[in-house]
Amino acid sequence: MFKKRHVLSMRDFSREEIDSVLDLAESLEPYARGKKSDMLSGKILALLFFEPSTRTRMSFETAMKRLGGGVINLGPAEGSSISKGESLADTVRVIGEYADAIVIRHPKEGSARLASEFSPVPVLNAGDGAGHHPTQTLLDLYTIKKESHLEDLSIALVGDLKYGRTVHSLAYALSLYGAEITLVSPPSLSMPEPIIADLSRKGTKVHETSDLSEIVNSIDVLYMTRIQRERFPDPLEYNKVARSYRITPEYLADVRKNLIIMHPLPRIDEIAPQVDATPHALYFKQSFYGVPVRMALLNMVMGGGND
Amino acid sequence: MTEVELKVRPIKNGTVIDHIAGGQALNVLKILGISGTTDATVSVIMNVASDKLGKKDIVKVEDRELKEAEVNRIALIAPDATINIIRDYKVAEKHAVDLPDLIIGVVMCQNPSCISNSSEPIKSRMLVKVKNPVVLRCVYCEQPINEKIADYLI
Repeated sequence: MFKKRHVLSMRDFSREEIDSVLDLAESLEPYARGKKSDMLSGKILALLFFEPSTRTRMSFETAMKRLGGGVINLGPAEGSSISKGESLADTVRVIGEYADAIVIRHPKEGSARLASEFSPVPVLNAGDGAGHHPTQTLLDLYTIKKESHLEDLSIALVGDLKYGRTVHSLAYALSLYGAEITLVSPPSLSMPEPIIADLSRKGTKVHETSDLSEIVNSIDVLYMTRIQRERFPDPLEYNKVARSYRITPEYLADVRKNLIIMHPLPRIDEIAPQVDATPHALYFKQSFYGVPVRMALLNMVMGGGND
Repeated sequence: MTEVELKVRPIKNGTVIDHIAGGQALNVLKILGISGTTDATVSVIMNVASDKLGKKDIVKVEDRELKEAEVNRIALIAPDATINIIRDYKVAEKHAVDLPDLIIGVVMCQNPSCISNSSEPIKSRMLVKVKNPVVLRCVYCEQPINEKIADYLI
């Protein structure tokens, strides 16, 4: 099903394909925790990060090494052929001859799709500007499946819903499972209308509010995102908004017992550190789940897995 | 023969594009690659009263039968246009324009952060999601485009 194929956007995935990635990830979890594997022994993964990244880059690297494969890295862009003005098309043509798959993060939207047109090997999109980040969405779905449930889910997406690429892809993917989605944001950061229209067309129940307290006690998943200070010209306005979506243990007093709180990280002030000790805090585990999910994808595109 | 057609004499051979939305005739010429330096005899009639469109434009290109792929791109800005192929003063063929599912190298993406607006060796590619009124989606950045399409013709 996946051999030699690219992973560029959630739009390329059917629900069945998502399920097969999540199933494989589950079977690979022991290896993600350190059980020895040589599934991708002899294979090389190229990491082309044209933008800074900590956890995405390191979790791809971990995933590849846990499966027995090797990793090559694009160094700092200065001094490399990119600083000499080489096109992305040429870069991936060349690197694609060295490696068995390419992971790319690039500031321009659509760059991963462009790379896939020129690369001789599968390309995995690790974030293209404000565009897509499908491996984040898949690890979010995996977390929800493992720690809550994908069917009949009631989820709130909170924070910067205008610019946050993770919430756009996640909302799209959840629509395949018939989730009930509440969008919680200040009006200036609400989800773009075309995305909401697209969700509604798919039959997804979508509600919008700026008041999280209205719904926090009746949801299964609370998905928090960071509100970036630079989006607000007025610091007072930023402080007001940031405070209104700050989760503390007191705030969670009446939530459902099995509510899980997720966050793509890094968090700043939106979740108080005291929440970490509550059973609701799932964000660090969510971050770990990036490893088995990326292992599943690497395994599928480079060989071993489900053909 | 109607009064409208009499404003410009009938052509012997060539193509008449009728029912272009008022004011879009020059963009139609742009899409067809007909510039001011063309050798062809071209007549442009603009803002004629039309029952269907309110105002319409008409373009007549003499001694050139436009190919289907050429004229279909016209549907981007004039989805109601009709194409008449004229041979010996008679309408030999008449058909509506129909946008293809994928348009390559005709419309620039409106998203300045899209990789297709950089110096990479690619042509713009737009999926046609809705034909009338036209909604496109960039293959690269997936941003939908449904207005000011004429301003982004390459």
